[in-house]
Amino acid sequence: MGYHWNWQIFLSATPSGGDTYLGWMLAGLKMTVALSLAAWVLALLVGALMGVLRTVPSKALQRLAGAYVELFRNIPLLVQLFLWYFVLPELLPTAWGNAYKQINPVLQQFLAAWICLGLFTSARVCEQVRAGIESLPPGQKNAGLALGLTLPQTYRHVMLPMAARLVVPPLTSEFLNIFKNSAVCSTIGLLELAAQGRQLVDYTAQPYESFIAVTLMYVLINVVVMTLMHHVETHTRVPGYIGKR
Amino acid sequence: MSDFDWSSIPGALPFLLQGMRVTLQITVVAIIAGLIWGTLLAMMRLAKNPLLSWFSAAYVNLFRSVPLLMVLLWFFLIVPQVMHNIFGLTPGADVRLSSAMVGFALFESAYYAEIIRAGIQSVPQSQVSAAYALGMTYGQAMRLVVLPQALRNMLPLLLTQAIILFQDTSLVYVSALADFFGAAYKVGDRDGRLVELLLFAGAVYFVLCYAASLGVKFLRRRVVA
Repeated sequence: MGYHWNWQIFLSATPSGGDTYLGWMLAGLKMTVALSLAAWVLALLVGALMGVLRTVPSKALQRLAGAYVELFRNIPLLVQLFLWYFVLPELLPTAWGNAYKQINPVLQQFLAAWICLGLFTSARVCEQVRAGIESLPPGQKNAGLALGLTLPQTYRHVMLPMAARLVVPPLTSEFLNIFKNSAVCSTIGLLELAAQGRQLVDYTAQPYESFIAVTLMYVLINVVVMTLMHHVETHTRVPGYIGKR
Repeated sequence: MSDFDWSSIPGALPFLLQGMRVTLQITVVAIIAGLIWGTLLAMMRLAKNPLLSWFSAAYVNLFRSVPLLMVLLWFFLIVPQVMHNIFGLTPGADVRLSSAMVGFALFESAYYAEIIRAGIQSVPQSQVSAAYALGMTYGQAMRLVVLPQALRNMLPLLLTQAIILFQDTSLVYVSALADFFGAAYKVGDRDGRLVELLLFAGAVYFVLCYAASLGVKFLRRRVVA
């Protein structure tokens, strides 16, 4: 093929100076991890709330949460990202839109990516939480109500503690997905891992080394998250439900 | 807050339709190739030969742990060079569409393989034993007994995955290939009407995917009782 391999490229200094290409990669890795973890917190909070709404007795609230899930599940992630990044600032009141455009461009990208990734994943988390709550035996809710607990109390003290432990295994795959989906955010210029990889190609003309490095870093993230979640799963497993996935 | 001006959409419809055709081409090719290669991968995974099952597991796990965007970047890099080396195409030839098709097909097949494997495993072992007892070979048992039943069980999941694939094809944006989303973005950028075109693209994707997902729900109730 006549391709000139040069793995030392990662140690050479970037044109702007003060950093090596390896430093760029690690900065990208840091950005990917920070973005994904921040978005995961948002996804868990909104997803849990919506998941509960899907199971409450009120038809109106059920429909509201159902519409939310359909909205976020039926539009491609890339389109959602562009809507948050390019369209939302134009739809806000002028003063807000301008205020948003005044802030640091990197922060703008991060905010849009964070909200987009968080809410996109929250729709998936919502469905898992709903399935978790619905898998509880109906006797648990009835017993809570029969003891004189109000419905919110029954959720808070009886159903949610149990459902939270049941949804850990299905949420693991969503947690993995959020890291992979974060690569889409390179399209709005956020310098996360995939974007750093492409930038490196532009600067060094060594595409294979840089893509291999980026791919290995994603595999590494995957392995770390899986190991971590395996521990969480063992600790939160409900006795008597062992092996039930 | 800008006032909406939708006037650039009617004139751009033929271009957008052309883009939708590219989107559908990639989707259909990836589904067909993904189903075939995915079925083979699933059968390898369940085969007795440890080498085959190891290969299949490695393939599936690798593709499932790398972002689709990264996979596409790989194929936009590799396919043109392979085409150049094998078929002697000039490096400048536009092979982005075929690169995208190859990339999506190989990526999707990893996901299809997992769905199909679960589908095959959902068929009771006694069915296979009965097929062997009737004197069928492995191929016959698979083709005539196991796969038809497995397909019925996994149809809703396969279709849902197809809807996800349809949405994911928008990622060819990274190669500036004018699929439906790419076309919408280009028109919006050209006319300074990005807001309207992005909203329009989002609405079109939503209507198509929501309708398709309702169809899958209906099918799930009808076919898989």
